[in-house]
Amino acid sequence: MKKHWPWLLFAVFAFEAAYSLKPRADKPDAFQVREWAKLPALVNGRVQPLDSIGRNSLVIIRGNTDVPLEGNGADGKWGKWEELQAPLTERKWYQFSKHPAKLKPGEWLLEVFSKPELADTRPIFLIHHPELLGELKLQAKGVERSGLRYYTFNDLKPNLAMMERESKQVGQIKQELRTPYQRSLMSLHNGLTTYLRLKNSLKPENSRDFAADLAQFEKLLPAGLRAIRAQQSGQEYDKELFEKFLGYAEPYAMMAQMAYPLLVPPTQPGQKKADWANVGQALMDGIRAGEIPASVQAHAALATAYAQGKPAEFNRALADYRAALAGPLATELKKGRQESLFNQFLPFYRSMMIYVIALILAAASWLNWSENLNRAAFRLVSLALVIHTVGLVFRMFLEGRPPVTNLYSSAIFVGWGAVVLGVVLERIYRNGIGSVTASSVGFITLIIAHHLAQTSSTGDTMEMMRAVLDTNFWLATHVTSITIGYASTFLAGFLAMIYVLRGVFTRTLDEATAKSLSRMVYGIVCFATLLSFVGTILGGIWADQSWGRFWGWDPKENGALLIVIWNALILHARWGKLVGERGLMNLALFGNIVTAWSWFGTNMLGVGLHSYGFMDAAFKWLMIFNASQLVLIGLGCLPERFWKSGKGPTAGDSGPTGAAPRKPQAV
Amino acid sequence: MFDRLIKFLSSLKLTVVLLALGLVLVFVGTLAQVHEGLYNAQTRFFKSWFVVGATLFGTKMPWLILPGGYTIGSALFVSLVTAHFTRFHWTWRRSGIFMTHLGVILLLLGQLGTDMLSTESAMRLEAGQTKNYSEDFHACELALINQSLPDDEEVVSIPERFVRAKGEIKHPQLPFTVKVREYWPNSMVESATEGVKPPVAVVPHVTAGYGKKVWVFPLPVTQDMESRNIPSATVEVFAGTESKGIWLVTAQSSASQSFEVDGKPWGLALRFKRYYKPYSLTLLDFTHDRYPGTDLPKDFRSRIRIDHPAKNERRETEIYMNNPLRYAGLTFYQLQMVDEQTAREAMARNPGEKVTPSSTFQVVKNPSWLTPYLACVMVGAGLAVQFLIHLVEFARKRKTPVPAAANNVKAKNNQPRKGAEIAKK
Repeated sequence: MKKHWPWLLFAVFAFEAAYSLKPRADKPDAFQVREWAKLPALVNGRVQPLDSIGRNSLVIIRGNTDVPLEGNGADGKWGKWEELQAPLTERKWYQFSKHPAKLKPGEWLLEVFSKPELADTRPIFLIHHPELLGELKLQAKGVERSGLRYYTFNDLKPNLAMMERESKQVGQIKQELRTPYQRSLMSLHNGLTTYLRLKNSLKPENSRDFAADLAQFEKLLPAGLRAIRAQQSGQEYDKELFEKFLGYAEPYAMMAQMAYPLLVPPTQPGQKKADWANVGQALMDGIRAGEIPASVQAHAALATAYAQGKPAEFNRALADYRAALAGPLATELKKGRQESLFNQFLPFYRSMMIYVIALILAAASWLNWSENLNRAAFRLVSLALVIHTVGLVFRMFLEGRPPVTNLYSSAIFVGWGAVVLGVVLERIYRNGIGSVTASSVGFITLIIAHHLAQTSSTGDTMEMMRAVLDTNFWLATHVTSITIGYASTFLAGFLAMIYVLRGVFTRTLDEATAKSLSRMVYGIVCFATLLSFVGTILGGIWADQSWGRFWGWDPKENGALLIVIWNALILHARWGKLVGERGLMNLALFGNIVTAWSWFGTNMLGVGLHSYGFMDAAFKWLMIFNASQLVLIGLGCLPERFWKSGKGPTAGDSGPTGAAPRKPQAV
Repeated sequence: MFDRLIKFLSSLKLTVVLLALGLVLVFVGTLAQVHEGLYNAQTRFFKSWFVVGATLFGTKMPWLILPGGYTIGSALFVSLVTAHFTRFHWTWRRSGIFMTHLGVILLLLGQLGTDMLSTESAMRLEAGQTKNYSEDFHACELALINQSLPDDEEVVSIPERFVRAKGEIKHPQLPFTVKVREYWPNSMVESATEGVKPPVAVVPHVTAGYGKKVWVFPLPVTQDMESRNIPSATVEVFAGTESKGIWLVTAQSSASQSFEVDGKPWGLALRFKRYYKPYSLTLLDFTHDRYPGTDLPKDFRSRIRIDHPAKNERRETEIYMNNPLRYAGLTFYQLQMVDEQTAREAMARNPGEKVTPSSTFQVVKNPSWLTPYLACVMVGAGLAVQFLIHLVEFARKRKTPVPAAANNVKAKNNQPRKGAEIAKK
C-alpha cells in the first residue's frame, strides 16, 4: 500500500477528470435545462451555446459563474436568501457541511429570459468600491463573500437614472485616465446594461405569457398591417385595432434595439450562415412578411412553459425545436453541444487544482526526501499536463485556431509550454526540481488566465479576431513561438528562484543539485533564445506582410526584443565567463522581470498597434512580482556565509550582479 | 595598441555591455513613447546616434544621456565582425554560432538598408477611380502643370523646402517665375463666412483663384504619427515683370488652379508629393466585412485592375489584409477603408463633412525587404543547430555510464544532507 499510493492518488484524480467529461442529463420529468443550454445562438460574432452566453454574462456582471441561492444570515442561521435577515454572507470556506443550492449559468439565463421578476431578486451585481457603495446607499444591503459584495437588481433599481447619468460622463474620459471609482462605476454599468439587454432578449420584459401574446399578435397581423398602411397613406383606419397592434409591435421594435444574443437562426432558404437575428428583428421582419417566424414561436413556447412551471410542455417544445434545427443547423447544434461539454469539463480549473497539490507534494519531498512523494508529484504534474493539453486542444478545435489568440490564451499556453519543459527536466534529472517548477508555473499562469477571463469586457475568451489578426498561419508561427519563448524564459527564472531559495534558506542545495540546476537554466535559456528570436523575427515578417514595415518600434515588438536581448546577454556573459553559477541564476531571475514586462507591462502603456488588452488592476501585481524578483536577486547576491547551504562563492568581488568568477564549469 | 583595440572590440565583455545598453535603450525608448508619441520616440531613440533627455513616468530627466540605436547597432556590428576575423576559429561544433552571427549581421545591414532606401506613400482610390501615382504621407510639392499638351500633362514639381524658403522660384521649363509671399507649415483653410472673423484666422492677400474668400487658420506643427501637416502658401506668378496674380495654394485640396502665360494654360497646386508610376491602378470594388452582430472588422478586401501599357499588361487582382500586392518593385498594402456604412456614420457624427467611400493602399518601396526573411532562416537554423549539438552531446554524456553522472543521481537519492555538510566543511 505504502508503495502504491502515488498511483492511487493519480488514479483518483484521473477518474475524477474523466468522469467530468461524461455527458450529464436532467431527470426525464424535470425541465431539461441542460439540453436547453446547449442550443446555439450568436453573440460577439460567433455561434455559441446558451450555456456560454450565460457564463460569459455572469462573468461580466458577477465576476464568476455560479449564483448561490443560500447562505448565512444573522445569528448564524443558514437558509435561502429571502428567508434570512441581514447581514448575509455566502458559505465560508470552513463550512464543509454546507452545500448551498446554486443556479448554474444555463438555469440562470433561462430564468432571466423567462422569469425576469425572479431574476431581479438574485444577488449577482458585484460592487466593491466603498465610495460607490456609499453613493448608491447600499452599505447595509447585499450578500458578502470574502470581502466582495453582491447586490440584486432590485437593490440597484432606485439608482438606475443616476448610474446612467454618471456613466455617460465617465464614458467621455479615456480608459487609462479613469479613477478606481470611475472604473468600478463603469464596470457596474456594463453589468447592468448586459443584464437589461438579456432581460429583453427573448421576450419583452413585461410580457407574462409570450407564447399567448405572439398567438394574439399573429391573429391581429393582417388587419393590423392594413390599418397601418391605411394610416400611413392618410385613409380611414380602425383606430382601436391600430392602437392595439402598436401596443404589441412597439415592445418588439424596442427588443430589436436592445436584445443581446441573436437567438433566431438563419433557417429560411436563401439566408447565409451568418444571418442570425435577434427576436425583435425577426419579429419586425415577420410583420413585413405577415407571419411570425417558427424559431421565435419555439423560443416563446419554451419561455412560457418554464415560467408557468410545466416541464412536460417545456421538454416537448425543446425536442421539437431541436428537431427543426437538426437539418439546416446541424453544425451549429453540434458546436453548441461540444462547447457546453467544454464548459462542463473546466480543464484549466481542474489542472490548476492538481498543479497545486503536486507542488505541495514535490516541495514536501525535499523536506523529508521521500521518493514516493516525489513520484506522486511527478505523476500528478503529468496528469495535470494531460488535462491542460486536452483543454488546449479542445479550445483550438472549438475556435478552429492555433493555441494563442488573445492575452487569456497566451497565459494558458505559456503555462503549458513551461510545464512541458519542466516535465522533460524532471524526466532527465528526477530530483523534484522539474516537478516543482512545472507545477508552480502551471498553477500561477492558470491563475493569471482565470483572472484575465474574469476581467475581460465581454467575458468571452474565444472572441473573434479582428481583420489584421485573422490569419492562422501567423498566429500559429509567430505568436506560438513568441509565447513558448516567454514560457521558457519564465521557467529559467523559476529554476533560478529554486536555486536561490534552497541555497539561502535550506541545506538541500548540495553541489550536485546546484550543478544540475545550473545546467538546466543554461539549457532553457538557450531554448528561450532560439524561440524568442525566431518568434520576434517572424513577427517582423508578419508586420512586413500586413503593413509594409518589418520593424516599427511598437511597445509589444520592443518587449519581445527585450527578451531576445536579455537571453543573448545571459548566454554571452556565461560564454565570456563574466558570471559564474550564481551570476547566471541572478541574470535568469531578472529575465522574469523582463518577460513579465514584455507580456503585460507593454499592454499597460496604451500606445501602439498591439495594445489590444489594456488592463488596470494588473499593474499592481506586476509591480509586486517585479519587487519579489528583485528581493530574490538581492538574496542571490548575499555573501556565502548567509547561505544555509553554504553554496556559491563570496559575492562582491566581481560581476555586474554580484556574481563571482568561479572555476568555469563545463556543460 | 592596435592589438589591444582589436582585443577590446572582439571581447565578449563589450558584447555584453552593448547588449545591456541596448536593453536600456529599448526599454527607455518604449516608455518615452507614452509622452512623445511613437514616431518621435522612434526617431529620437532608435534612428539616432545619441539620445539626450527623456520624460519617463511623467518625470523629466534632462540629464539622461544614452547611446542611440545607430551607435549600438554599428558597435555591435563592428564587434561581431572583428570577433569573427580574430577570435573565432571555424569548427563544426560552432557552425550554428557562425550561422546565427551571420544572420544577425544580415539583419542589422538589412535594417540599415531599409532605413536609408525605403519610401512609403499612399494611394487613395474611390470605386472606379484610376490613378498612376501615389502620394507621400508627409512631404509636399508645389506643382506647376503644363496643360497645353494634347493628351498629356507635364509637371514641374518644386519641393516644399523651396516654398518654405519664401524665395523666387525659377526653372528652365517654366516661362515664368513664382514668388512665394506667405507660407504656413500647418494650417486649415475654411471659406470665409458672413460673420465676424475669428481672431486667430488670417485673411490672405490673394487676387485670383479660390483663395479670395477664405480664412487661413495657422496651426502648430504636429509630430503625431496619426496626423499630418497641411501647409498653405500664397504665391505670385510673374511673366517677365508682369504679375499674373496672387493665388492661395493649400495641401488641403489637391485641385489645381489655372492661369495663362503666353496664351498657354498652366495649372498650380500645393499638394502631397506624388510618385508617378508607368502603370495605373483602378479600384474595381471593395468590401469591408464585419462579424455578424458586431462592429468588429472581419476582412478588408479591394479588387483592382493593373494597366501597364508599356508591358501590354492588363489584369485584375485582389489586395486584402495580410495579402499585399507586390508589383514592379513596390508593395501595395490594404491600409484603410471607408465603406458606405463607415462613411454614413462619419457624416452623421460630423454633419457638413463630406465623406466618400474609398480604399487606401500603403505603397512601400523597400529594396531590402528580403533580408529579414533570410536573416530569420539563418538565425533560426543556426540556433537550432547549436542547440541540437548541445543536446546530442548532453544526451550522449548521460547515456554513456560516466561514473560522475551516475553518482549524481545516487547521491541525491540517498543522502542530500551529507552533500550539504560536505559543502559546509
